Amino acid sequence: MLVSSASLRRLRVCAGVAVLALGTAPAVCAQSAPATPAPVAQDPGQQPGAQLIREELDRLRREFEAIRDSYGARLAALEARLGTGEASPPTAVAPAAPPAAAPPAAPPVPPAAAVGAPGEVSVPAGAAGAGGPQGSLPVYGNTSALSKIFNPDVAVIGNFLGAAGKNDIDPAPALAMDEAEASFQAVVDPYARADFFFAFSPEGVEIEEGFITFTSLPLGLLAKVGRVKQQVGKVNTLHAHLLPWIDRPIAAQNLLGGEEGLADSGISVSKLIINPVLFLEATGEVYQGDSGVFASHTRSDVSWVGRLRGYRDVTESSNLDVGASIAGGHNDVGPDFSTRLFAVDATFRYRPLRRAIYRRFLARTELFWSKREQEEGPRRRRDRDEVSAFGMYASADYQFARRWFAGARYDWSERAEDSSLVDKGGSFLLTFWPSEFSQLRGQYRRLRYAEGSTANEFLFQFLFSIGAHGAHVF
Amino acid sequence: MFKKIIILGVLALAASAADARAALKVITTTEDLASIVREVGGDKVSVEAIARGYQDPHFVEAKPSFIFKLNSADLLVVVGKELEIGWLPPLITQSRNSKIQPGGTGYLDASLTAKILDIPTGQVTRAMGDVHAQGNPHYWLDPSNGRRVGQAVQNKLSELSRGDAVYFAQRYADFDKRLAEAEKRWKAQMAPYKGLKIVTYHRSWTNFAEAFGLDVVGYVEPKPGIPPSPGHTLALIQEIKRQNIKIILVEPYFDLKTPNAIARETGAKVLVMPPSVGGVPQVKDYFQLFDYDINLLVSTIKQTGTR
Repeated sequence: MLVSSASLRRLRVCAGVAVLALGTAPAVCAQSAPATPAPVAQDPGQQPGAQLIREELDRLRREFEAIRDSYGARLAALEARLGTGEASPPTAVAPAAPPAAAPPAAPPVPPAAAVGAPGEVSVPAGAAGAGGPQGSLPVYGNTSALSKIFNPDVAVIGNFLGAAGKNDIDPAPALAMDEAEASFQAVVDPYARADFFFAFSPEGVEIEEGFITFTSLPLGLLAKVGRVKQQVGKVNTLHAHLLPWIDRPIAAQNLLGGEEGLADSGISVSKLIINPVLFLEATGEVYQGDSGVFASHTRSDVSWVGRLRGYRDVTESSNLDVGASIAGGHNDVGPDFSTRLFAVDATFRYRPLRRAIYRRFLARTELFWSKREQEEGPRRRRDRDEVSAFGMYASADYQFARRWFAGARYDWSERAEDSSLVDKGGSFLLTFWPSEFSQLRGQYRRLRYAEGSTANEFLFQFLFSIGAHGAHVF
Repeated sequence: MFKKIIILGVLALAASAADARAALKVITTTEDLASIVREVGGDKVSVEAIARGYQDPHFVEAKPSFIFKLNSADLLVVVGKELEIGWLPPLITQSRNSKIQPGGTGYLDASLTAKILDIPTGQVTRAMGDVHAQGNPHYWLDPSNGRRVGQAVQNKLSELSRGDAVYFAQRYADFDKRLAEAEKRWKAQMAPYKGLKIVTYHRSWTNFAEAFGLDVVGYVEPKPGIPPSPGHTLALIQEIKRQNIKIILVEPYFDLKTPNAIARETGAKVLVMPPSVGGVPQVKDYFQLFDYDINLLVSTIKQTGTR
């Protein structure tokens, strides 16, 4: 009851302010009306008696300008107050409320750039110099805007791909709006936050990830529940727009279940192992068992993942990040057949703190082993035939200017179903960042497929992001 | 047996409680905040900053080693106004520390009581560059905001450690007094140059300029977070010549190529000035930051013979 009456009162105050603002606007307009003829009348000065008239006019103009400025400032302050009152949560209101102090001070209209008609809301001083909008500004929102503060952070990332050249085995379309990823992220309650990532692609919509993260568990545990990318190595956990390449490495495609990778509904629990030497994190995950290389035939056919990650700062600018994962589950051959995966990854990063926005270097390698039981295979284990396949990639990415990155990647991978088939190849990449929110990338890729055909391709990508400023993954 | 376990458990709890009483562990995102917390907290707190003073606070990497620091923190003090948006949220999520989650008792957004400038009042779009929709986050460069942050820190520390409230109040009063004296000195140093026109690289100096009467008339960046473009640089050179501007302020983490080129063209002087404690080795606390910056600025103004 108390709360609702308080918010009601706030509503009323807001409405009152709005009425006031509306009320002053016509007054200002009325003031401005007689102003227009003034310069016309002031022009001629031929007659000797004109001197007096001109002085009178000057005096009038000065008076008028003073009124106009004070009204403009007052209106701007009111509008600003109205804006902050609605847009920010109650706790965030700065006690020093600078707009309120504005009217007696100089007019808020900066000298040169932002010139608006009198009485309109102007861009605050300085914004125009920074390339902001000029002139009058629309004022959005109304009393219902109060509820908007609980809306999640929304962002959409477009991933547009193009390809040229020859590829007989796995040709990508010449031009494709491959994916639009929409993300919704917010805090759920004092104990958890939620993150949703929906991928819209020509094939349809899918939940790329959608999970709740419990941030306040005892024993230093962190749990994610929902659909998550499984922690098998590094590249499997990255969304398409965060990869340092346009495609995924061949090893990930051959051994981790194709372009989509391993993502499934499940529970992931991780724990920090506190010690003075290095950052250690152990993760255990259980999944429904239906993703990528795994297939669930009965309810109990769950898949599982275990991961240990170690990290250490070498210097303040460089660090080493290593991890090992193991995963297991049933596969698509039948309920009696299972697949196990092993992955080892190592990453070296260098980024000088003083020049963090100009230089960085990242070298990463991942090795994957897949042990897949099937009807026929070269090796027998526990009364079943098994194919043991290996794949790897090694990649490096170097930022040589504020907006430019160059990279290279080497690929080598056997196929999960038949380890005698080997795909190998390499890529060179060049990436340009117009800003933090868009990216252009070109990739030359040469692949020698096991079938004997060689693909020579040029891939390109436009990535663009709108909405909330997402955090950069590490 | 069961009893023994309970006793052991209670003992362990008591031990950890006693440990927590020893000193509040405070993590701040920047060294400026760390310095202010140190002023107010004295020896009742241990303080550590995540970003170094010579680092661009917008672009810090979310290194896992920071997760360890946050994991055991009693209080996290952030600059706020989306300065840390690119790196802090995942660190907080992974910290497994419920106290320092946003809204928790151990989370302090220092900007909430500070005087914030450059708040856009209308529609904000990314066409304006990497603009901060909630206002300019470089507010600590006004000593009066340092005082406001100190006050907020005092309140928060007293809330977390009630027994030491008197101690924190005394420390804050002392900090407040010394800051007022220093502020008077700094303002006196800058007084002869009131209204001096300068150009800065990023919009880091809005609060500093307001506090000390400087007039920032242009930026090397065409828009916040957007690297210099030839067109904008040419226009800026014209503007510097037209207004006879003598000083280009650059933060230590930006490339000097464009500022130096502008300086050659116009005869203005490029001044690399740390916007944060730790920006240069000799600036070790919040007072030394202003001492250093103002001395540097005044001596450069004298050199260039602007007045």
